[in-house]
Amino acid sequence: MSFMAKPKVAHPDLPKNSRGLTRRDYEGANSTLCAGCGHDSITAAIVEACWANAVEPRTLVKLSGIGCSSKTTAYFVSGSHGFNSVHGRMPSVATGANAANRKLSYIGISGDGDTLSIGLGQFIHAIRRNLNMVYIIENNGVYGLTKGQFSASADIGTTAKKGEVNNQAPIDPVQLALTLGASFVARSFSGDKAQLVPLIQAAMHHDGFALIDVLSPCVTFNDHEGSTRSYEYSREHYEEAVHADFVAPAANITVQYGEGESVPVTMHDGSRIILRKVDSGYDPTDRGAALARIRERLRAQEYLTGLLHISTNQPEFHQLNATPDMPLNQIPYATLNPGSAVLAKILARYR
Amino acid sequence: MPYAAPDRVNDFVIKIGTVNGTGSASANGLLMKAVFRSGVPVVGKNYFPSNIQGLPTWYEIRVTRDGHRARSGQVDIMVALNAETYARDLQEVTSGGYFLYDSTWPRPALLQMRDDVTVLGAPLARLCNENFNGARTRILMKNICYAGVLAALHDIDPEVIRALLTETYAKKPQLVDSNMKAIQLGYDYAKQHFDCPLPLRVEKMDATRGQIIIDGNTAAGLGCVYAGATVAAWYPITPSTSLMDAFKGFAEKLRADPATGRKNYISIQAEDELASVGMVIGASWNGARAFTATSGPGLSLMQEFIGLAYYTETPTVIFDVQRVGPSTGMPTRTQQCDIRSAAYASHGDTRQVCLYPANPEECFHFAPLAFDLAERLQTPVLVLSDIDIGMNDWMCPEFKWDDSYVPDRGKVLDEAELARIDKFWRYYDHDDDGIPQRTIPGVSSKGAYFARGSGHNQYGAYTEDSREYQVVVDRLRKKWLTAARMVPKALIESGSSAELAVVTVGSGDAPAREAIARLRAQGVKIDYMRVRGFPFGEEVEQFLEAHQLNFIVEQNRDAQLRSLLTLETGVAKSRMRSILHYNGLPLAASYVIDGVMAAVQDHARPAAQLVRP
Ligand SMILES: Cc1ncc(C[n+]2csc(CCOP(=O)(O)OP(=O)(O)O)c2C)c(N)n1
Ligand code: SF4
Ligand SMILES: [Mg+2]
Repeated sequence: MSFMAKPKVAHPDLPKNSRGLTRRDYEGANSTLCAGCGHDSITAAIVEACWANAVEPRTLVKLSGIGCSSKTTAYFVSGSHGFNSVHGRMPSVATGANAANRKLSYIGISGDGDTLSIGLGQFIHAIRRNLNMVYIIENNGVYGLTKGQFSASADIGTTAKKGEVNNQAPIDPVQLALTLGASFVARSFSGDKAQLVPLIQAAMHHDGFALIDVLSPCVTFNDHEGSTRSYEYSREHYEEAVHADFVAPAANITVQYGEGESVPVTMHDGSRIILRKVDSGYDPTDRGAALARIRERLRAQEYLTGLLHISTNQPEFHQLNATPDMPLNQIPYATLNPGSAVLAKILARYR
Repeated sequence: MPYAAPDRVNDFVIKIGTVNGTGSASANGLLMKAVFRSGVPVVGKNYFPSNIQGLPTWYEIRVTRDGHRARSGQVDIMVALNAETYARDLQEVTSGGYFLYDSTWPRPALLQMRDDVTVLGAPLARLCNENFNGARTRILMKNICYAGVLAALHDIDPEVIRALLTETYAKKPQLVDSNMKAIQLGYDYAKQHFDCPLPLRVEKMDATRGQIIIDGNTAAGLGCVYAGATVAAWYPITPSTSLMDAFKGFAEKLRADPATGRKNYISIQAEDELASVGMVIGASWNGARAFTATSGPGLSLMQEFIGLAYYTETPTVIFDVQRVGPSTGMPTRTQQCDIRSAAYASHGDTRQVCLYPANPEECFHFAPLAFDLAERLQTPVLVLSDIDIGMNDWMCPEFKWDDSYVPDRGKVLDEAELARIDKFWRYYDHDDDGIPQRTIPGVSSKGAYFARGSGHNQYGAYTEDSREYQVVVDRLRKKWLTAARMVPKALIESGSSAELAVVTVGSGDAPAREAIARLRAQGVKIDYMRVRGFPFGEEVEQFLEAHQLNFIVEQNRDAQLRSLLTLETGVAKSRMRSILHYNGLPLAASYVIDGVMAAVQDHARPAAQLVRP
């Protein structure tokens, strides 16, 4: 397995976004994951969402921890800087990067092991800070890269490939994020591009921490009878609650999915997402109701998917810290340096 | 070796023993400052427990006309305000010294244990109870009252004290009066009942002009403001917290827009040290000057991330204010016990650039230097201070700032430079100094690269190819050699001896220098070197080779500096003999002198015997 830069062949007939870029411009290095790995579908959805949002690659920053999932930051938008950090610690690197430059967009890719075990502390503190980033968990219920151990998201009764049964209750990142006050919480399935792409688009426009937990089957270690993250199981056991339809601020056109009421939500940056209620009783702005509904569906062994909660009025990290509009890494040194005269004044108190 | 000048004017040590949390700090600071304002050099050492209230605590003020900066190792007058520690406090007084206690209560029999110490009783509590109202005020004033007693005993000018109080309480003038009243109570009592002044007295000098009194953590925090740091991430730990407090305090005043409240910096209290260093790495990678401050336990937690920064070549500034280990150790006591773990922080072939300041002045100046080196070398830089430097009050020359300073951001390619080149290769050595070029996210897609802690080749791509891997780590080694030319050179005083030398690091400087001065006064010919950076420059090895016997003076059990010198230079171990001090108290000059003299007088003694508990 080796890193190969794909030649960027310009296809004149490839559709261009408002920035004049084609989907190919949002691709990255060739994936080295197993054929059929759910993570690759998520990568494809990210490419699609970036293209559709007409993201300027220069302004995107990709971050990840360690795992098969975390490797995928190399597989999309090669024109963006990326940082593949250490296991479970991506949120702190993202926090620092975001602190340095609030003007860029940050997308973090993690796994269920990376987020829910070794990285649980950093994950919840990033939520608590309402760090302005998209945080995607590529959730397969196992440690893929270390060959199939259960992760903390494995459901009770799941069997490992070698037959071992998990009897510990899972940690659900979605419920966790909701109780911690996360401002954007969604769940989807790697195989459902139609749902996933607009969710990622919406998350990228959200001002604050946007979590998308994506059920993503590991074909090698968790796609057999007895696993609850298999393609088969996932497709059968999820119910779509809310469909997020993304409306870019410039072009106010959307493809409408499904039937029922719609709730438009205006994002901080002025763009809108439309929440299509599949279930008319579902209100994604009501955190408590969202939790109740998710739990109720989980008891029936169903993953409620879609945009499960959003609140657009929570101050994000930089607002909480009263930093200036100008990114901290761009403030000229002359502004930062108090100078020798001020030093003399300060030190007068120590004489 | 007890050291007592026949003439004790401006040359003695006051030690005050109290109970933690009773507010004696301001009285001690006042006394020390009063001596300093009388133009007489002082040294302040605080021995405090890891506790908020109730455990014994001591403060030591050394009045030193010769301008020494270390502990002398003796106590000439003990102010004992904590009955629980009377016995050990009395024990500590140097023969011929004094012991002052609160005689509100009857004199305990144990104070008769020493007939070579003069015991003085002043009814501090009674005086204050008679003159002040309220329990809290009485306790606070009792502290100020002993300062008054000492002013009379040591001939400290009460007007200097009044001037200091007036400055301190500029906004609350009524406090000046009540404090002065307490001073006067003690002062008058002493004048009436004791033979004032004692031979241990203060006489005005002019030896503190241009000097300030400051601790190293305040100096380092201020240095980070001047360095242009904008991102500070930290997790509270003694003794590094006050460094961050200083940075935040200065930045709040100097970097916040009073109109909008917007701040040109961010201080993030992280969830732990793993996160704080991760944040520093993220922010530095993204082009900000970022730093963290911690102590031993935090440094242990940071190890994995430090390796990531080393291998991804990300500038990372870490202040490590060392405290007694292992493990939680003695959190408020000093040691130099992270020398080894800092130098080789993280797994794999890693070696880290370290700076070793010796005093607050160097803490201030090493701050911008640490950022410059981290960015120039694209690597972690660890600044190793300790409790003695960081939390004690030091007299040092007022810091000067060079307004022509421009931060060295190193080989960062901007948009125009990127436009000019054909292709950007993150880990390629263009200049043969081992330092590659870097780019900042957001500047240009042409500069985009993928930083990773997994194997990568010189172009920045993932690799598991043996040769490609080696090209990068070999270049890192070359960069290390470049670093050796960039860190501050060792300070060397040579030429007096080809036989003997004292070699030390950090806070070993002050006691070692005093020891050398006194040894030379006794006719011992001896040279001196203090290392200030790691990797060691070639001058370090040359100096060691030029002396038959180098005494390596350091404050840890395992001779960590000597280990580093052994590993990183070709010098024979037999040329380096340890003088080790690791009981948690700041090193005193007398300890160094004893160590050197023992060896000089008895060449046959093996080095191990110079190692003391
Ligand atoms: C400190 C540390 N401990 C252990 C590992 C080994 N390790 C690598 S990936 C991984 C688990 C990854 O699981 P997950 O985040 O779910 O990713 P997946 O491979 O399933 O996508 C572990 C334990 C490591 N890289 N670092
Ligand atoms: S092991 Fe599983 S998670 Fe990893 S690449 Fe293969 S299928 Fe994907
Ligand atoms: Mg996993």
